[in-house]
Amino acid sequence: MSSVTQTFMKLFRGSSGPEAIPAQGSQKLTRRSSGLGELTRSWEAAEDLCVLDLGSTSPANIRHFTEHGHRIYSEDLLTASTDPELLTKDEQGNVILDSRKFLADNLVYPAAHFDFVLCWNLPDYLDESLVKPVVGRLWSVLKPGGMLLAFFHTRDAGPDSPCHRFHIVGADILEMQKIVMRREARRGPTGAVHTAISDGFQLQRVFNNRHIENLFRDFASIKFFLARDNVREVLVVR
Amino acid sequence: MSTPASGLAQIGKSVVIKGELSGSEDLYLDGQVEGSIALKGNSLTVGPNGQVKASVDAKAIVVQGKLEGNIQASDRVDLRKSATVTGDITAQRISIEEGAFLKGKVDIHRTDAK
Repeated sequence: MSSVTQTFMKLFRGSSGPEAIPAQGSQKLTRRSSGLGELTRSWEAAEDLCVLDLGSTSPANIRHFTEHGHRIYSEDLLTASTDPELLTKDEQGNVILDSRKFLADNLVYPAAHFDFVLCWNLPDYLDESLVKPVVGRLWSVLKPGGMLLAFFHTRDAGPDSPCHRFHIVGADILEMQKIVMRREARRGPTGAVHTAISDGFQLQRVFNNRHIENLFRDFASIKFFLARDNVREVLVVR
Repeated sequence: MSTPASGLAQIGKSVVIKGELSGSEDLYLDGQVEGSIALKGNSLTVGPNGQVKASVDAKAIVVQGKLEGNIQASDRVDLRKSATVTGDITAQRISIEEGAFLKGKVDIHRTDAK
């Protein structure tokens, strides 16, 4: 690691990062999250919030919000994106995913519905053809002033960074759990039955700061938190 | 995995029902139901083979199979690890096992005992 990188990391030492304390049982790690901490400060005095969790169904997250009197929506977009019926071809004959079909079955909510959206690492692992349409839809379903939290790997994380689920276990503490294979058959609002397979998602890309700013350009503000585990946490406000 | 107790009303896995299902006793459902299910004051268990495409209104609901529709429970909802639920859940309490799949809203309304 270069001396410049070492100096850069020293500036952020003490901010969020993994504690590397395996939770009891399977492959779980805990990590402190500055982004989650900031969100918690925003919502701790609020009542009747409406939260959207875009990760795998998390009993911990559902319990966390419902115990505080809030409503939580759970929607696993990564698994939904593996539906083979989404496969189509673009004008050049390249295989892509049909974003219109995807958004017809997923993220179907009234405009300005959510106070908070937990994106976790979704943009890093979601197929390229879906990223911008999904972010556009998220903008529309967030209330003005609503906040979205997302995690992006830095280049130092490496191309084989495993995809994790995130469970809220404290005001600024997350439990990370590596995603295992899962098969599901679901029916979307259009009535069609889809079979989706979740199979150890691959990191699709590495965003730099400019890419992230461009991705969220329609949002009012953006804040970055750099963690020791080569993850960049991003908090955006609509 | 819970199995139905003897004496419990049951819908076996080969049974297909389309329409409104209502009753005043607990029900174990392991077949296919499409429509609506109303068991106010009683419990519904969707077995591992159960495929329900219906709105459900009951006192307590346990899901081990597939349920597509909104769930209204005056007491408790339990999603077991094999559950696949697409729909909104309103209950006083909820328990979700690791491995359960939910696409929808969870809204907890507690009524304080007086």
